[in-house]
This record gives sequence, structure tokens and C-alpha cells, in this order.
Amino acid sequence: MRKLTRRQSYYFLLIGSLMILGVGMLISISLGAKQISISDLLKSLTTGIKDINYEIIFSVRLPRAICAILVGGYLALSGAIMQGVTRNPIAEPSVMGITQGATFMIALAFVLQKVSPGLSFSYLNLMLFAFLGASISGTLVYVVSSRGRGKVDPVKLALAGTALGTLLISLASGMAIINNLSQQLGFWISGGLTGANWQHVKILLGIGFVGCTLSMLLAPRLTILSLGEDVAIGLGEKTNRIRLIALLLVVLLTGASVAVAGNIVFVGLVVPQIVKSLVGVDYKYILPCSFTVGAVFLTFGDILARLINPPFESPIGSLTALIGVPVFIYLIRKERAYE
Amino acid sequence: MNKKVKRKWLITASILVLLILAVLFISLNTGSLAMTPSEVIQTLLGQGSRSQQLALFELRMPRIIMAILVGGALALSGSVLQGVTKNDLADAGILGINSGAALFVVMYIYFMNGNVYSGISNLTIFTMPIVALVGAIIGAMLIYILAWNRGIKASRLLLIGIGINIAFTSLLTIFQLRFTTTEYNRIMAWTSGSIWGTSWKYVYAVIPFILIVMGLIYYKARYLDVMHLGDELATGLGVKVERTRLLLLFLAVILAGVATSVAGNIAFLGLIAPHMARRLVGPKHKRQLPIAALIGILILLGADTLARSLFAPIEIPVGIVVAVIGVPYFIYLMLID
Repeated sequence: MRKLTRRQSYYFLLIGSLMILGVGMLISISLGAKQISISDLLKSLTTGIKDINYEIIFSVRLPRAICAILVGGYLALSGAIMQGVTRNPIAEPSVMGITQGATFMIALAFVLQKVSPGLSFSYLNLMLFAFLGASISGTLVYVVSSRGRGKVDPVKLALAGTALGTLLISLASGMAIINNLSQQLGFWISGGLTGANWQHVKILLGIGFVGCTLSMLLAPRLTILSLGEDVAIGLGEKTNRIRLIALLLVVLLTGASVAVAGNIVFVGLVVPQIVKSLVGVDYKYILPCSFTVGAVFLTFGDILARLINPPFESPIGSLTALIGVPVFIYLIRKERAYE
Repeated sequence: MNKKVKRKWLITASILVLLILAVLFISLNTGSLAMTPSEVIQTLLGQGSRSQQLALFELRMPRIIMAILVGGALALSGSVLQGVTKNDLADAGILGINSGAALFVVMYIYFMNGNVYSGISNLTIFTMPIVALVGAIIGAMLIYILAWNRGIKASRLLLIGIGINIAFTSLLTIFQLRFTTTEYNRIMAWTSGSIWGTSWKYVYAVIPFILIVMGLIYYKARYLDVMHLGDELATGLGVKVERTRLLLLFLAVILAGVATSVAGNIAFLGLIAPHMARRLVGPKHKRQLPIAALIGILILLGADTLARSLFAPIEIPVGIVVAVIGVPYFIYLMLID
């Protein structure tokens, strides 16, 4: 068999993952406390008769499925961008403490709401909290692990990220225990899509539109930057500006994801790795594929979370972690930088 | 040891002991039953009321002794891990040894008793340290095997450990869902580290392990010094390097595992205590190990007192208090490195 060109495998991957995504979405919608068969589902969608199935599909299942797609896509995209900027295969929002920063700030927002009864935050406000947390922890880890001139120490990046992440998550748990919010916040801390609704979808779409467009505009720059600092400067790129924009994008996409689905880890580690092994080093190809494959990953993760221990839902964040750890270990064993 | 160094060591040790005694006294005063210092002394002398005696001898004392044992054990375990891997950032909590032990204990209690805490039988209590040991050893072996690639490199070991830690913690989280709501909160305290084995029974269950292993480690302290010189030199000096390294690792894992079985997953204590000890009395392990243990005891006792009193009557997991102290120190270490 002739080996596919990068371009061909790009289209294959893109179309293939979109098709799998379609199937996943149907399964995701039909699955739940009330099973809705695929034929009933199609009937509801096509005829528009407002029966109980229609209600369930449109008020609960569909927004959840869409949120899974968007959150998975955004997290994978963030991972891909971060890896390009730091030239480090294990750079990723949750390894760098960015998701944990957002989780912590959301926990703080909940606590503030509880202690001062007049205060009430909208989803948009919560998202602002998430952005703030994500940017603070992301910047901190980046600063601690950089060793001048844009180089990032890969070991320090992971260590500082994990340490800060542990601290932030334990602080969030502590606040939850003190204010008797454990269950509410446990959801954010372990990650899950139980509460997804149309408002989430709208906000995610809005932010995602900006984020994805900017990412695609940034793609050629990322490709150059991933070749190395010197090459990029030699080619006339303003590397610091690219890095700043990239970090802002990651904060935006990750923050929005965490505000909706909580602390979901390792999606941005696993997905870009698979994508890169198939479509090569060009970010024009990597970014769109990361999005679609990330969407597939989280859609099926969400299905799995509902299947493991019915009628309870398992936290998706823990599931993605269990899938992600072997990949993480594989990458560390492979990489010479950790010698 | 020359005289000046010896005197400095003695002064450091005595200051630490005094501080520990001070914190211990404060800790005895702290709790839902308010007691004045003089009442505490009276009760200690056997002249307190019944409720005072109950609070002091049955509730606070075992807990304090547990904090002392756990603090010392984690600090020594961290010292040995750092010495053996020659990496200042090694710690049983960061490496996933603690969470391995935690996972096994929670699973064990679940299968033996149905749910955690409410009425754990004596058999379960006394077999628990052993189960924790098995978990800790399995965790450590996984890390060692996965990090092995024509030898062990410290940074790879650390990163693999982080990965294993995440995997164990996630399994623990998924397992939590099998428990009821109140149990859920308690397991959360488990994963964040909380001294919960607070009756005399638990003290009796872990004390032999911890004291014997501590003694063995102290006896082997000079090997840690020799190994620090490098494998070739150590072999030249007649040390069976690979065997000694494995033995020491094994002892460190035992300490971490047993400590975790009664105190949950407390990270960063094993990281900062040895570090501070090195700063105070230098790198030689015979001198450093006791100081590290004292610092570990001081920090954990203080943190536990804070955890109990800060938001009383709600108790926060002591692991969180330790993390609040430990993480900034950890990041500071990386910055100056």
C-alpha cells in the first residue's frame, strides 16, 4: 500500500473523526436514565412532536453532548498549542496547573456566594473567575520553569505544575469542607458534564469562535516556533508575542472548559500526541484534527462515565486521567530530555 | 565529628525539642472541650474531672502521639528517598507511594467492613498497616520498573512517580462513588491527608513498624553518605550498591506506607523536612536524619493543631495545611536551583 501523504492523512483523520463523532453523539443522546432508542431519537428529531422524548433530548441530552464535544475540542486544542510553544510533549493545561487554577477560582466563587447571601454569579461571571485562575497559575508555572530566552525546563514544568495543581486542588477541597459545599464542588474537582445546559453551549460557542479563529491564524507561527527559538527569530518572528498570545488562547479555552465541565485532565496530552503521529508537524493540520479527535475522546469518555457504575456517573476527570497516565509515562520514557 | 559541629547539632536539636514540647502543650489545650493550661497540668497529674481525663487521655493524647509518629516517619522516608535517588525533590507523597497505600487501605476497609470508619473491627485495624505496606510497595515497584531504562535517572523517576500518583488518586476518586455521601467526605479527607486513626489501638498497630524501621535507617545512615559519593566510589569502598539501595528504598517505602495507613496521603512533608535539616546541620546523614525527623514532627504536630482549631468545629485535612506550607517551599527550591 502506498504511504499516505501528510495532507491525505489529514483529511482522512478529519473526516474519520467527524464520522465517529456523529455516532458518538447519537449514542450519547440515547443513553441515560431513560433509554431512548436510535429510531425514537431520529423520529423526535425529524417530526418535532413535543413528547417526553423530545423534552429529554432537547433540554438535557443534546446540550450535554454538545458541551462534551466543545470541551474536549478546546482542551485538546489548548494542549496542542502549549506543546508547540514550549516544545515539550508533556506540556498541557492540567500538567501546567492551569485547569487547577481555574477550578480553584470557581470554588472560591462558590464560597463567596455562600458566605454573602446577596451575591450571585452568572455563568459568565464564573467564567471570568476561571480565566483569572487559569492565567495566574499558568503564568506562575511558566515563569518558574523557564530558564531564559524562551526555553522551558521540561522537568520543572511538570514538577511546578503538579505541585501548584496539588496545592490549588487541596485548597479548593478545604474550602469545600469548611463551607459544607463538598458535593457541589466535588463535581468541579473531579470533572463532569452533569449540569450542562444550553446557556453553557452558547457561552462555549461564543468563546470558542474567537479562540478557534485566533488559533488557526496563529497556526503557521506555531509551526515555525515549534522548530526552535533560534529558527523562529531567524525567520523574523516575534517569539515573545506569539507565546503571549498562545498563553492567552490557552487560558481562554481552558478556562471556559473548566467553568462548564470542571477539572478534566490529560485530554490535551493524549490527543495532540495521537494527532501528531498521524499528520506530522504542521500546525495547520494539527490544530483542526486535535479539535475533532479531542471531541471524540471526551464524547466517548462521557459515555463511558455513564456506563461504568449505573445509575451513578463516574467523574470524567478521573477517567481521562486513567487513560492519560500510560501516555504520559510512555512520553517520559521516550523523551531524552528527562535523562 | 569535631566539637563545634557537635555543639551546633546539640543546640539545634534541643531548640527543636523545646519547640515540639511547646506545640504539644498547645495541642493538648486545643479542642472542643476548653481547658486552661493549669487544668491540663492537673489532669496530667491525675486530678482532672472525668470528661477532662477522657478528652486528654483518650482523644488528644493518641492523636498527638500519632502525629509525632507520622511526622517523623514521613520526614525520614523523604530523607532516604532523596539520598538514594540523589534528587532533592523526591518525596513519598509526590511519587505516588502514599496514594498507593491509601488506595489499598480504602479498598481493604471497603471489602472488610462495607464502609469506612463506622465500626472497624480490631482485626482490620491491626492488619491495616500491612495492607498499606502492600499498596506502598506495589506503587514503588511500579515506579521503579517503569522508570528503569538501563539504570534509574532521578528526573525520570520523579516524573513517572507523578504519573503513577495521578493514576492512583483517580482510582481512589472513582472508588469514592461506591460510598455514601458522608463516607464520600471522609474519603476526601483521606486523599488530602488527615490523621484519623486516633485511638490507642491504632497507635499500637503502627508503633512497632515505625520504631524498628527508623532504627534500621539510622543504623544504615553511613551508607547513605557513601552512596552520595557516586556508585563507583561506593563500590570501591566495599558497599554492595544495588542491594543497599534497594534495602534503603524498601525501608523508606515501609515508613511511608505505614504512616499513610493512619494519616492518609500527606505530601510535601517528606520533601521539606530533610531539606531544612540539611540547611541546619549539613549533609551528613547521621546528623541530618534525627533533625529531619524532629522537623517533620514539629511541622505535622503544628499543622494538625491548626487543622483542628482554625475552623473549629469543622476539621480540615491536615494534608492541606502541610501543602500550604510545602508547595511554596517546593517552588522556591526550584527557583533557586
